[in-house]
Amino acid sequence: MKDLEDRQERIDNLKGLGCSRKRVEDARFTQGKGNYVDDVNLPGMLHGDFVRSPYAHARVKSINIDAAMALDGVVAVLTAKDLEPLSLHWMPTLAGDKQMVLADGKVLFQGQEVAFVVAKDRYVAADAVELVEVEYEELPVLVDPFEALQSDIVLREDIKDEKEGAHGARRHHNHIFLWEEGDKDATEQVLDEAEVVAEEMVYYHRTHPCPLEPCGSVASMDKINGKLTLWGTFQAPHVVRTVASLLSGIEEHNIRVISPDIGGGFGNKVGVYPGYVCSIVASIVTGQPVKWIEDRMENLMATAFARDYWMKGKISATKDGKITGLHCHVTADHGAFDACADPTKFPAGFFHICTGSYDIPVAYVGVDGVYTNKAPGGVAYRCSFRVTEAAYFIERMIEVLAIELNMDAAELRRINFIKADQFPYQSALGWEYDSGDYHTAWDKALAAVKYDDLRAEQAQRVEDFKAGKTRKLLGIGLTHFTEIVGAGPVKNCDILGMGMFDSCEIRIHPTGSAIARLGTISQGQGHATTFAQILASEIGLSADSITIEEGDTDTAPYGLGTYGSRSTPVAGAATAMAGRKIRAKAQMIAAYLLEVHDNDLEWDVDRFVVKGAPERFKTMKDIAYAAYNQAIPGVEPGLEAVSYYDPPNMTYPFGAYICVMEIDADTGEHEIRQFYALDDCGTRINPMVIEGQVHGGLTEALAIAMGQEIAYDDMGNCKTGTLMDFFIPTAVETPHYTTDHTETPSPHHPIGAKGVGESPNVGGVPAFSNAVHDAFRAFGLRQSHMPHDHWRIWKIANDLGLHG
Amino acid sequence: MIPSEFEYHRPGSIAAALAVLEEHGDDARVMAGGHSLIPMMKLRMADVPHLIDLQSIDELKGISVEGGKVTIGAMTTQHELITNDALAAAAPIMREAALLIADPQVRYMGTIGGNVANGDPGNDMPGLMQCLDATFSLHGPDGTREVQARDFYEAAYMTDREDDEILTRISFAAPKGGQAYEKQKRKIGDYATAAAAVIIEKASGKVASASIAMTNLSDTPVFSEAAGSALVGSDCGSDAMSNAVSAMLGDIDPTEDNRGPVEFKKHVAGVILRRAIERAWSRA
Amino acid sequence: MGKQIITLTVNGEKHEVAAEPRELLVHTLRETLNLRGPHVGCETSHCGACTVDIDGKSVKSCTMFAAQADGAEITTIEGIATPDGMHVLQEMFREHHGLQCGYCTPGMITRAYRLLQENPNPTEEEVRFGIAGNLCRCTGYQNIVKAILAAAAEMNAAREAAQ
Repeated sequence: MKDLEDRQERIDNLKGLGCSRKRVEDARFTQGKGNYVDDVNLPGMLHGDFVRSPYAHARVKSINIDAAMALDGVVAVLTAKDLEPLSLHWMPTLAGDKQMVLADGKVLFQGQEVAFVVAKDRYVAADAVELVEVEYEELPVLVDPFEALQSDIVLREDIKDEKEGAHGARRHHNHIFLWEEGDKDATEQVLDEAEVVAEEMVYYHRTHPCPLEPCGSVASMDKINGKLTLWGTFQAPHVVRTVASLLSGIEEHNIRVISPDIGGGFGNKVGVYPGYVCSIVASIVTGQPVKWIEDRMENLMATAFARDYWMKGKISATKDGKITGLHCHVTADHGAFDACADPTKFPAGFFHICTGSYDIPVAYVGVDGVYTNKAPGGVAYRCSFRVTEAAYFIERMIEVLAIELNMDAAELRRINFIKADQFPYQSALGWEYDSGDYHTAWDKALAAVKYDDLRAEQAQRVEDFKAGKTRKLLGIGLTHFTEIVGAGPVKNCDILGMGMFDSCEIRIHPTGSAIARLGTISQGQGHATTFAQILASEIGLSADSITIEEGDTDTAPYGLGTYGSRSTPVAGAATAMAGRKIRAKAQMIAAYLLEVHDNDLEWDVDRFVVKGAPERFKTMKDIAYAAYNQAIPGVEPGLEAVSYYDPPNMTYPFGAYICVMEIDADTGEHEIRQFYALDDCGTRINPMVIEGQVHGGLTEALAIAMGQEIAYDDMGNCKTGTLMDFFIPTAVETPHYTTDHTETPSPHHPIGAKGVGESPNVGGVPAFSNAVHDAFRAFGLRQSHMPHDHWRIWKIANDLGLHG
Repeated sequence: MIPSEFEYHRPGSIAAALAVLEEHGDDARVMAGGHSLIPMMKLRMADVPHLIDLQSIDELKGISVEGGKVTIGAMTTQHELITNDALAAAAPIMREAALLIADPQVRYMGTIGGNVANGDPGNDMPGLMQCLDATFSLHGPDGTREVQARDFYEAAYMTDREDDEILTRISFAAPKGGQAYEKQKRKIGDYATAAAAVIIEKASGKVASASIAMTNLSDTPVFSEAAGSALVGSDCGSDAMSNAVSAMLGDIDPTEDNRGPVEFKKHVAGVILRRAIERAWSRA
Repeated sequence: MGKQIITLTVNGEKHEVAAEPRELLVHTLRETLNLRGPHVGCETSHCGACTVDIDGKSVKSCTMFAAQADGAEITTIEGIATPDGMHVLQEMFREHHGLQCGYCTPGMITRAYRLLQENPNPTEEEVRFGIAGNLCRCTGYQNIVKAILAAAAEMNAAREAAQ
């Protein structure tokens, strides 16, 4: 008994897997001692600021910088002409397209970068921006992707005659690609012969990740040593270094990229922006460090948007509700340049996860990418690549099919779920789902909210509404989502040719503490806390004795960064694997110290124990010391390991969410009465952190579903450029969430973990949106586009004749 | 977002402030809490070569409730309006409305004077002041004059105040009867999609008098005499409320913006007004 | 326009700084006084990341000129901790996972500090209303609210124990 207690105490002391360990990051953040990019201050540092286009489409006739240059304190004003000799007036995008760094002859969206002013401080830079005189000739504007594909107006004159793009044939001068997956003919045949077909256009509107910290960089070119140091808001610092090297011609070892603390990313900080390039060029030109920090308006108007997918769906089923086929055609509005952040071979990301949690025998997806006069982007805003779009699409189509079948939407889901014994499951669109138990999760969720009671209450509410006793409707929003996260594998997934592995390098110090460095970068996820927990469980040193470092390319091993919930599935796996290498060497050292054969030892929490003789052991701490002070025959001194992990497959977290919403039919106001979120992310590393991730992701989902959008008028003016109009909920609009979980480990991940940060956004948006739709189902609503802000909900009611 | 250069003035008296205004004419502008003006300056949508900060003028501060008359200095913050118990007793609608303005930080800085004087049709206080039939005192080079809130607003950001005048205080008779301020907004901190201020006096079970004004449904606050009249003499029942709403809808003129199209705003105006009337009546 | 000398008492220490009239207080604090806790998030007084305490009021320092604060007493996140260690709010934010990326945290804690001064026993609803001028993109507020309520309870318990 005592032994068991001792052992449990040793496990607890590790603060390893499953422990709600308090975060090591918090001491600095709660005391105002974080180090974000705008906190970087260097001697002689200059400040850059952009002149931006007020027009969505215009020819740039001339740029006069004389007045700006005459202003005291202005050091330089860069235009495309200055960048052209360096071939930096355009830059490659992550999607195989190219993008203007500074306007080269024309501008293609409002807020586009036209000139870069460099001055002694940000005040003078802002003044100088006003003094740069740009003469524009306005051109007709295209903001509708369907119109763009028909229009004679040429947006991208630089490629207007190119029939081949990065992703195959282009059929129109505003067309980017058609990307297809699945069996089109077979799907169409199934649809033609089906007993029931539901058809709907599902639009997932344009929005923006809008982290609280905007994007920025500080470039410092040391001309004496030939070294460039670049601090910035980079979710993928190593890739930024490679891109910076390829663009600038500076050798990669002479570039040091540092992602300091990042004030939220959510996909916004994956891409490479003109500001980064201009700060580098300006530092090279002036020989002084140059800082560029965008303001909120610039962030919303010019950096990466998300979504903007018009998804035309058809879903077929038998009369009793067994789904037989799914067809989807997407018109994807990519804006002025194709700057989507997707793995190279997937121009629509992993949208073809859109068969969702359901066993659908045949399916087809086609995605047309289109240029319009809007900002470029198309990033994965708190989701894996285009997975929120896919989840929203299928979860709406299921609801529409339920209406068509006159069936309960929970039951329709249940009879179509992939069954637990079907995993690993091969989807009709080519994915191999690693593990899942959807029925268990679903039943747990329905029981938790007392689903049948809710439906009864809803039916009564409809009666009361019709009888004039209430003006409030009740919506029950259901979602069962399946995420796909953790890109790699390298054979399928790369960014600009860089395989999407990730890495961990561990060094154990003689006194039994350690430092581990990873290729990822935390933006609030708490990597310094949770990766130490993974390692603690692997190597038997307390997480409190392990420092985690990321984000400095001079010290961290190469990795592809943090987005698409890939840190735990890929870098987390690398961490475990590197830990196991440490343990393998430690076993040899322990065997030497205990004078037994390696095979006579077994690992026990924090030590190697001689089998059958538990009093004879060496702790990892003992071993670490020995590694540095003993000459062990056949074993190198030191205790270090590195692992580059190429995952064999992606992981497939899933979850069941239920939202209960009260809706005022007269004003369009809503109140979320209950939100239940069950997540299955495989092995749970830190339940406290997981819960926090779920709360945050759900709140971003709430924002998107209920009001957040990047909207344009017909002239291409962005109507939502400040936080007055771009909806971010406060604590008052945000409901209380109930979280829950099941635990289905990934069979191929070293510790069975799947990733969780993005699940709540993937599942949350359809849950909120379905609640709105569901409230009006009894009155005949099939589909209404997000965001469901007051006036749009009011319009649903008005169109259904509910205002008398 | 960085404002243009300006010269900063912080006078200690109304007279000193007027002197700066007189000296610099159109180039000068007074600032109260600054939470409307400073963002506009940062966006370079307002150019203010001479900024006159009124914070040090003690004459502009304070709330007094005496003999049924409420007087509020222009530099009184929303926070002070909320936390002043005498005011809450004399005119509870003031606290109710102030709590629906912006957020805590902005309410510590934002003042009633700034809110009523800058003429933003989105501001809540102008409509409320019209409902209360408040009087604004304006100090100018030729002395002091008084203007009724109901006569003060001409168009968006255009008021009866001359450029060389300062709005110094607001006064109104402590209202009698039931009061309610109802506001629909997209989220905390937002301007109204529609807001209504209603005061109803009750006598022998009937509406003896009613004062109704609405916010952000036209380029000025909308005091609707007809809407109030529609209630007088009634039992404030459904028909009377419908008549009041019809009258109000005849007086508002909303425009489409990100909060929604005109038709929606008119509908919501009716709903919000009805709710405000119901609540005021229940308190009458 | 030239710079003017203004006097600010920040976290108990008096400073005379030269600032252009148009200099925003948040820049004076961050760049002249090297207090990097207040952050710039939205610049239009919506997000509250720049919140500091000025003469007993929570103020968004991106929407105030330094000149307006001439003569004022200012407390930033850096001044909230006591000589004995972290403020209870700071401890409770850590304890209840009331922060993730940390960008909103200084403003959020500084605001919560004033809220609890004014209302030592807030309900959950009052906490939510009281921090409605501070946006957080990471936490969904649930754990922030929990942390503030826990801090209030601790502070009240400590006050009672002292009496």
